Amino acid sequence: MTSSPPSRDAATVGAGPTARPTAPVLLVRDLQAHVAGQQVVEHVDLQVAPTGVTALLGRNGVGKTSTIKAVMGLIGRSGTIELDGEDISTLPTFRIAGRGVGYVPEDREVFSGLTVTENLRLAERRGSEHRYDLVYELFPELEQRGAQAAGTLSGGQQQMVSLARALLNDNRVLLIDEPTKGLAPRLVTEVAEALARAAEVAPVLLVEQNLQVVRDLARHVVVLTDGRSVHHGDASDFLDDPVATQRLLGVHGGTDPAGAA
Amino acid sequence: MSTVVLLLITGVGLGAIYFLVASGLSLIYGLMGVLNFAHGVFLTFGAFLGWEVAARMGATTWAGFAASLLVGALAGAVFAALTERFLVQRLYERHIEQVLITVGLALAVVALFDGIWGTDARFISGPPWMSRTTTIAGANVPNDRFVAIVLAVVVLVAIVLFLQRTRYGMIIRAGVENRSMVTALGIDVRTAFTLIFTIGGAAAGLGGVLASHAFGYVSPMLGQTLLIFAFIVTVIGGLGSLTGAAIASVLVAVLQQFANYYWGYGDFAVVVLLAVVVLTRPSGLMGKKVTA
Ligand SMILES: Nc1ncnc2c1ncn2[C@@H]1O[C@H](COP(=O)(O)OP(=O)(O)OP(=O)(O)O)[C@@H](O)[C@H]1O
Ligand SMILES: [Mg+2]
Repeated sequence: MTSSPPSRDAATVGAGPTARPTAPVLLVRDLQAHVAGQQVVEHVDLQVAPTGVTALLGRNGVGKTSTIKAVMGLIGRSGTIELDGEDISTLPTFRIAGRGVGYVPEDREVFSGLTVTENLRLAERRGSEHRYDLVYELFPELEQRGAQAAGTLSGGQQQMVSLARALLNDNRVLLIDEPTKGLAPRLVTEVAEALARAAEVAPVLLVEQNLQVVRDLARHVVVLTDGRSVHHGDASDFLDDPVATQRLLGVHGGTDPAGAA
Repeated sequence: MSTVVLLLITGVGLGAIYFLVASGLSLIYGLMGVLNFAHGVFLTFGAFLGWEVAARMGATTWAGFAASLLVGALAGAVFAALTERFLVQRLYERHIEQVLITVGLALAVVALFDGIWGTDARFISGPPWMSRTTTIAGANVPNDRFVAIVLAVVVLVAIVLFLQRTRYGMIIRAGVENRSMVTALGIDVRTAFTLIFTIGGAAAGLGGVLASHAFGYVSPMLGQTLLIFAFIVTVIGGLGSLTGAAIASVLVAVLQQFANYYWGYGDFAVVVLLAVVVLTRPSGLMGKKVTA
């Protein structure tokens, strides 16, 4: 149950003799996953760098969300999943989270019948520091609206609750699925700033359709098509390659954020 | 007028017993997605052990009655906790199997009760005051109904406070809404599962003792009979909703009393109500969330 005491200096952390300063915090190899008997992830390899943001990209329905859910143990999966060199591919979800995997799901999934404060208190993990100062600094609205039922918040505010739940604890890695989906431009900026701060605290695997946000935040990209990872590399190299972005994402690189609906 | 008052109060008294059974059923389904067919045997077990204890301590004494309530609740709680821990939890997330095992357990345990206590009903007596009546607006209402109503309200308030004021209560409310997100926050919901079974079992065991006084007997099938109505109440109230269960319990029981008296088909009226609610509001009166 106890997670190893996380350190902010990710480069020196890493359990086991194989840990190297550049070793990925999360390593996924030959991942397969299925939902309702249907295979939704065929073969995904990916690594989350020990610092900064790694973006997981791909067109709609290629399996980005399923990949993240498979890592969290929320759907049936097989293959290698290592956190700091330790196998987590057979652990139940609550133990994966307990080892320091923060999860911000695609549809926010705040508990609508609970207040904002209760949503945050529920997220407090034992054995972890609880960074209310950081959370309320990033999202002062959450402090003001503490007593409000989360179900009555706007979509943007719910996204803040969802991000705050993950940022509250010391995590080894954050899995964040489309945090800017459906948000007004001003809120996209606000969330992007919060993500930049989050990435200072823990490495992030980010699914994001807004390529301008990807360009601003991500250092590495992994691209999926049809349940397979088909491209790994440097984020700006990829985004600057109009042929690759057109082929794999169906849009021109980050120069055209409007194409990233 | 006095007939209406009598039907109303005895209806609410019956509703109190329904609620004690339905509250656990509803929370168990809401949190775990399991229709617990073994819930009736928790009740019967509570009723039998309560009766045994009261008989030993003196069935007509208040001490004996109080002890029977306590033992009934405890028996229901322990039986439920063991059921969850050793049968239901083994089949984690396999809902069909979980339901089947509760059906099997119910059948087996009823047969076991038949073996221990016999198939005939045991007639119950309590403190003399319980079987006397109090006159309200011309109606002579049996006193045991008031006891049932008061205790059901106490249970309702206690569960609401538990859900609202404790961390486990918060986990249960969140889990009824979205269990997988609760686990994704690092919480082992299995503890909450055992807890909700235990609480539901305690309420059912208490309900068993009160039911045996209200009906005047206890038999191995007591729980099974009540379980059917408790399921109906749970569906009408909205699976997972405690408040819904409370409202629907009273609604169903009062309707049943009136329809029985004026028409003779109380059970049929309840089924009609069920059909109307299911067709017009498929998620029940209070939908799927704990709104306590
Ligand atoms: N519950 C389910 N039942 C059946 N198929 C599913 C289910 N969930 C996902 N899928 C299928 O799995 C595939 C991958 O879905 P997934 O949500 O992982 O894609 P995604 O890359 O996150 O898409 P988006 O960009 O639209 O969020 C899709 O074809 C989807 O239809
Ligand atoms: Mg998705």
